[in-house]
Amino acid sequence: MKRSDVKDKASGAWPEDLFRTLKGAGVRQVGYVPDAGHKRLIELCLADKEMHAVVLSTEEEGIGLAAGAWLGGVRGALLMQSSGVGNCINHLGTVRECRFPLLMVVTMRGQVGEFNPWQVPMGQATPAVLAAMGVVVKEANSAEAIAPAVDAAARLAFGSYQAVAVLISQAVIGIKSFQDQASR
Amino acid sequence: MKTALRRREVVSFLLNDRKDLLVVAGLGSAAWDITAAGDSPLSFPMWGAMGNAAMFGLGLALAQPKRRVLVITGDGEMLMGLGSLATIGVQRPRNLSVVVIDNERYGETGMQATHTSAGVSLAKVAAACGFRSARLVRDGSQLKALRTAIHAARGPLFAQVKVLAEKLPLVLPPRDGGILKARFRKALLGNSSDLD
Repeated sequence: MKRSDVKDKASGAWPEDLFRTLKGAGVRQVGYVPDAGHKRLIELCLADKEMHAVVLSTEEEGIGLAAGAWLGGVRGALLMQSSGVGNCINHLGTVRECRFPLLMVVTMRGQVGEFNPWQVPMGQATPAVLAAMGVVVKEANSAEAIAPAVDAAARLAFGSYQAVAVLISQAVIGIKSFQDQASR
Repeated sequence: MKTALRRREVVSFLLNDRKDLLVVAGLGSAAWDITAAGDSPLSFPMWGAMGNAAMFGLGLALAQPKRRVLVITGDGEMLMGLGSLATIGVQRPRNLSVVVIDNERYGETGMQATHTSAGVSLAKVAAACGFRSARLVRDGSQLKALRTAIHAARGPLFAQVKVLAEKLPLVLPPRDGGILKARFRKALLGNSSDLD
């Protein structure tokens, strides 16, 4: 087996690993805005009878959803692309003031090999924007790093009432063109 | 705007003998209204996150399917989160009601006109989004029917309650967000609420 085959196998399995990690962390509500990088994970959440997968019209709705779930004793997670982080900013202030736990899993755009210049400003600003709002930022730069990073983030979020975002590098997602994105 | 309803009386009537209702209030006047009606640990008055009150209600309703959840908010707050009506319409939780106290004004910033003053119908938006029931309330008999529906009907239910534009004395709830969160969870989930 060539080294590249091993890498491809690990790369392809990360959504399954991440799904098991979320379930193992007790997450039962998942808010999401459809995203090419999260496509497989979203399908797994939708197919699971224990999960409420809630499609959102904009990412900040997911902050309210997760906070409301926590008021009701249920753990939530929020899946989005980095462009959606900008939509959440004011609502992250409420998360901080109330010390709501928040687990965000963000697929990055505007980083490695971005083909759409309109994605670059928000993608480049994402870590700083999150940090400015008091969100703990963890970066996962390889497929193998994603599930362990989310597992640690979930413990920090739900155990210590923190807002935590795991940023999945564009190098992992690997979208290289409009044609590539459309074919997924 | 044809109505004789007054917001504090409307909200007090809806929350009187509230049974097992879990209540979320949008920021501003709606939060003062629910506090004037009587503060409760099972009320979550918001001081920020404008546009997100209905989504707090959705998360709570999905988490607590055996409890009834009532979101009370203002027309300006609801207009900022119109997309959440579509999101709720997709989920269709049967235990969620969203009541907009519509004075056609931004009350906290100087009573400027909102879109509803120009005829934008939030009830029609909610109906188009798939709410099981979406109604306009202008008088006491419709208000009485709304109260009955909040406690008994299958949701999601939406009501746009037209009220007089009044400047009223502030009745402020606690404003420490951490306390509002913790007291709600303790009242709902018991003493183990900080352990899970």
